[in-house]
Amino acid sequence: MIERALKGSPKYWGWVIFLLAIISVGFLCYLYQLKNGLGITGMSRDISWGVYIAQFTYFVGVAAGAVMLVIPKYLHHYQKYAKIVVFGEFIAIAAVTMCLLFIVVDIGQPMRMLNVLLHPTPHSMLFYDMIVLNGYLAINIIVGYNTLLADRKGLPCPGWVKPFIYLSIPWAISIHTVTAFLYAGVPGRHLWLTAVMAPRFLASAFAAGPSLLIMLLLFVQKVSKFKVDPEAIQSVAKTVCYAMIVNMFLMFMEFFTAYYSHIPGHIAPLEYLFFGLHGHDSLVGFMRFSMVAGFLGIFVLLVPALRRSNKWLVLGVASVFLATLIDKGVGLVIGGFIPNPFETITEYSATFPEIMIAISIWAVGALVLTVLYKVALSVREEQQIA
Amino acid sequence: MSMDRREFLKAAGLSAVAGLGAKGAFDLFMPGDVDASEHGGHSGHGHGHGDEAEAGPKIRLAMAIDVLQLKDHSKVDKIKAACDNAHNIPHWDSKDDEVKWIWEDEYEHVFPDTHNEYLADEVRELPFLLMCNHCDDPPCARVCPVEATFKRPDGIVAQDYHRCIGCRFCMAACPYGSRSFNWFDPRIPLRAEGRKLNPRFPTRMRGVVEKCNFCVERLAEGKQPACVEACPDVMIFGNLADPNSEIRKVLRKRVSLRRKLELGTKPSVFYLV
Ligand code: SF4
Ligand code: SF4
Repeated sequence: MIERALKGSPKYWGWVIFLLAIISVGFLCYLYQLKNGLGITGMSRDISWGVYIAQFTYFVGVAAGAVMLVIPKYLHHYQKYAKIVVFGEFIAIAAVTMCLLFIVVDIGQPMRMLNVLLHPTPHSMLFYDMIVLNGYLAINIIVGYNTLLADRKGLPCPGWVKPFIYLSIPWAISIHTVTAFLYAGVPGRHLWLTAVMAPRFLASAFAAGPSLLIMLLLFVQKVSKFKVDPEAIQSVAKTVCYAMIVNMFLMFMEFFTAYYSHIPGHIAPLEYLFFGLHGHDSLVGFMRFSMVAGFLGIFVLLVPALRRSNKWLVLGVASVFLATLIDKGVGLVIGGFIPNPFETITEYSATFPEIMIAISIWAVGALVLTVLYKVALSVREEQQIA
Repeated sequence: MSMDRREFLKAAGLSAVAGLGAKGAFDLFMPGDVDASEHGGHSGHGHGHGDEAEAGPKIRLAMAIDVLQLKDHSKVDKIKAACDNAHNIPHWDSKDDEVKWIWEDEYEHVFPDTHNEYLADEVRELPFLLMCNHCDDPPCARVCPVEATFKRPDGIVAQDYHRCIGCRFCMAACPYGSRSFNWFDPRIPLRAEGRKLNPRFPTRMRGVVEKCNFCVERLAEGKQPACVEACPDVMIFGNLADPNSEIRKVLRKRVSLRRKLELGTKPSVFYLV
């Protein structure tokens, strides 16, 4: 089945080559980082995690988002999702691949990666994160591949795959919960020490993953003969909308607790992110944009007339995707380090090689997704002809 | 190195424990068996309240820093230099790349949670020496995915440079900013400075985390930590679990502060004011 990825139009190959070019530039930057050390990034003694870990966190969420299609399809037999659920699972595969790469580029001694397996340490949340991420990758490969294979042959999904499908539901929730625990369990970082971290992570994940799926499905309809039921897309859009509302609501909870209690430590990082602290405000523009985009996305997706127009729909889901990307993929991690344990401020800005490495990991994700979608589309097109 | 560093650290720790009581080099340890001290060695739930010091482990190494003595600023420099030389700590130009084990800062930054705008001028201007607190319940060790940083039975939070994968989770988890990462190869500035290196302590490689180790390598040889040797009137090192140790005596007499006690990490570094 995979061989279908090798038959494509010149445009398809052009896109693949474009991605490969970006990946090679990023790879060169990574070699440069390997040779000189992580000092070539914008990270510092005070801001010891940067864009790599932030993006890792975000894409764990995108991966978990697939479950928003799996639940209606397999628990509620919502058949409108039957044809598109595999596209969600393929997003999960690409996103988890990116997560693993973001970890690899972030660690100082990548050659010692296997130490995590050689010295399993159950009191570290990173240990569980490794288990759940790799498990989730495996589950989605098994489920995605086999359901698609069965579809192609016109057979129902084989019985032995079913347990994996059901398992993927709690598993998706676990990957993002454990990722939230990386942050929510450390003392002394005020922005992170919050019980709503995991719920908020899940809410923003269930907004971000499906909004990416909508954008991709709309695009895929343009470039192939595969037609998606508009009602299915509308349902996904509603999911995005509700999840984003919950996300923004939980964010409001954070603001209320910090500002009404007046506890300086709780206010400081929010102040830094949204208003600037002691003259340091390099993220304020981004965070405010994210806030506005979040509300805009909710508004567009909430009003049926707008949601039903594809142009508005794209604007809505793109806003949600960007809003969550900035909020979780930048602000959350950096904000946790500001102010530092001495209540002073060191700011962070990513360097060129660091950004290139991150972009090339995006390109790897896009490449994995392209190949998987190509396969899935060719199967769907065959079905439509038949 | 033929011996695994971690094994070495363990062996060194045990020999220090076993050897010192007999030698009586200084009043660090209560005579007592090593196994008993393992009790309470791992992450601290189930600690009863009440008389914790007596109910806990037999050895808990700690440092008291007589901050008033540091008005004489030359002592600060002397202490820092002693540590730098003992551990081949590189000096970087940029604050971002900095590696430091012991350094000074003012009250306001050391105790940000007890910020007091009416603080006595004298205290406000004192140079407080910052170092790893060797917490009794160390979050850094809790989060490390490979146990490259771990709490020893004697209370020292040690760091294994040969196992650390450089994920920097411990840096995010330490609420005291005690940890430094080798963003670049630390041997570059060491070489550039032309410093005389201490052959008894390894230089590190890039990509691993490091911090104060209470001079575990010197303790193993029956010596005091380098900072204590440099200024014994400022740095008082000893066994907190022994009610008759010098550190316990001074803590009974003087007012002491510890950093961010509300976090429950139970720091083993005390500031005498
Ligand atoms: S001060 Fe920081 S590095 Fe030292 S033991 Fe405590 S948490 Fe760990
Ligand atoms: S950087 Fe090293 S010591 Fe710190 S948590 Fe990671 S592996 Fe452990």
